[in-house]
Amino acid sequence: MGADMAVLAAPPEAVAVDGLRVVRGGREVLHGLTLAIPAGSITGLIGPSGCGKTTLMRSIVGVQVVASGRVTVLGLPAGSPGLRRRIGYSTQLPAVYADLTVAENLRYFAAVLGIGAGSIDRVLAEVGLEVQRHQLAGNLSGGQLSRASLAIALLGDPQLLVLDEPTVGLDPVLRDDLWELFHRQATGGVTLLVSSHVMDEAERCPQLVLMRDGAILAHETPDALRSRTGTASLEQAFLYLIRAALGEARS
Amino acid sequence: MNLRRTLATTQRIFGQLRHDRRTVAMMIGLPALLIILMRYVFNSQLVFEHVAPSLLGIFPFIVMFLITSVAMLRERTSGTLERLMAMPIGKLDLLLGYGLAFGTFAVIEVALVTALAVTWLGLTIAGPLALLVLVATLDALLGMALGLFVSAFARTEFQAVQFMPLIAAPQILLCGLFVARDQMATVLLWLSDVMPLSYAVDAVKILAASPTVTAELVRDIVVVAGCVVLALTLGATTLRRRTP
Repeated sequence: MGADMAVLAAPPEAVAVDGLRVVRGGREVLHGLTLAIPAGSITGLIGPSGCGKTTLMRSIVGVQVVASGRVTVLGLPAGSPGLRRRIGYSTQLPAVYADLTVAENLRYFAAVLGIGAGSIDRVLAEVGLEVQRHQLAGNLSGGQLSRASLAIALLGDPQLLVLDEPTVGLDPVLRDDLWELFHRQATGGVTLLVSSHVMDEAERCPQLVLMRDGAILAHETPDALRSRTGTASLEQAFLYLIRAALGEARS
Repeated sequence: MNLRRTLATTQRIFGQLRHDRRTVAMMIGLPALLIILMRYVFNSQLVFEHVAPSLLGIFPFIVMFLITSVAMLRERTSGTLERLMAMPIGKLDLLLGYGLAFGTFAVIEVALVTALAVTWLGLTIAGPLALLVLVATLDALLGMALGLFVSAFARTEFQAVQFMPLIAAPQILLCGLFVARDQMATVLLWLSDVMPLSYAVDAVKILAASPTVTAELVRDIVVVAGCVVLALTLGATTLRRRTP
């Protein structure tokens, strides 16, 4: 009984996806995915564009209409009102008001989350946008804009961060800073799901989920992936897995 | 419903407009400019007195319809609506936030146009001015709610602005501005009877002509208010937590 209670209180998985199918525009884009993401981990969701990464992330956040399957987040069904304060979500296209300054954007979303303006300074420092705080979002560069969007996702200490291509188009130094931030967050117990379509980002993720055509090809550490496939780079490992999957389909 | 989130939304929209002064100037100034132009085009006090009250009812509707349909389309396409729907904000908080922000601008707009029409252009408003402002505000909210609703059916801003002639033009043609409602063909009168703008324009006309609050005026106001609630409900159904 006591052990059961402990399991209930702290679910080992931050996200559990079971048989998730999603149909968009009459086409099935996720074909029955099953996936478990441990709490406090950083998982890289890697795959070519159009493979279903964004749809999977939207399903976890609870904004995607789902055909069948079950998605459980922090012990609750995805999309539950109780989760809306506990998930930080940043979309691939920066979802900010272009006709507001960075600080005004943050102030609004902080008010919606019901938290004080105190965390605004913190998240601005975390994404390195203190200098731009009074600039209109519409006048920011692409990289600054996506960091502004990331800053909104960081407001209010979420327990799960779902970040869709947060490092696209950033210069290497900034990218490095952001990965440091992600690792700091994970050390603090936050679970992160970070998508990318570039392979060299995969190396930075302790856990990898490789996706292609709406299916998961692998879910393991980079090292395990390389040694299992007998390849030197993740790029080659990915190719190996795709060819193996195609070979299976043929036979 | 949460008052703090509603007010935060209103404040956010004010902030957006503060950075877009040209839109604010046009929203408030254009109706005033047009009514002055109208006065001198007709060049007859009699015709102006006849037409101006209807316009006081039509302007807030059109302006708010246009602004809201584009603003809400932007929320949908930029991803900010999806972001909000993943956060703890109620649909009603968002809708009321919009209503409060644009309702405020509608009051300013109506106050300016009415002040101009009454002082400079010689229009007489026999009824209480407060009621005129109320009707115009309801009218603006009606335009806002319908704009919000149609934004769900537009994929681009090109489509969104063209909903204006689709939704507003028939109502303007049939509201009694061009041809008195009782002189219309039966079918047209039926159409006019189910269009909310007809009641808004009728209410403003009564307010301009009669110093007393008539039963017909009360009926008009109730109908317009009912349509606002209906349109807002329709608008709310287009705000989805989950999208395909």
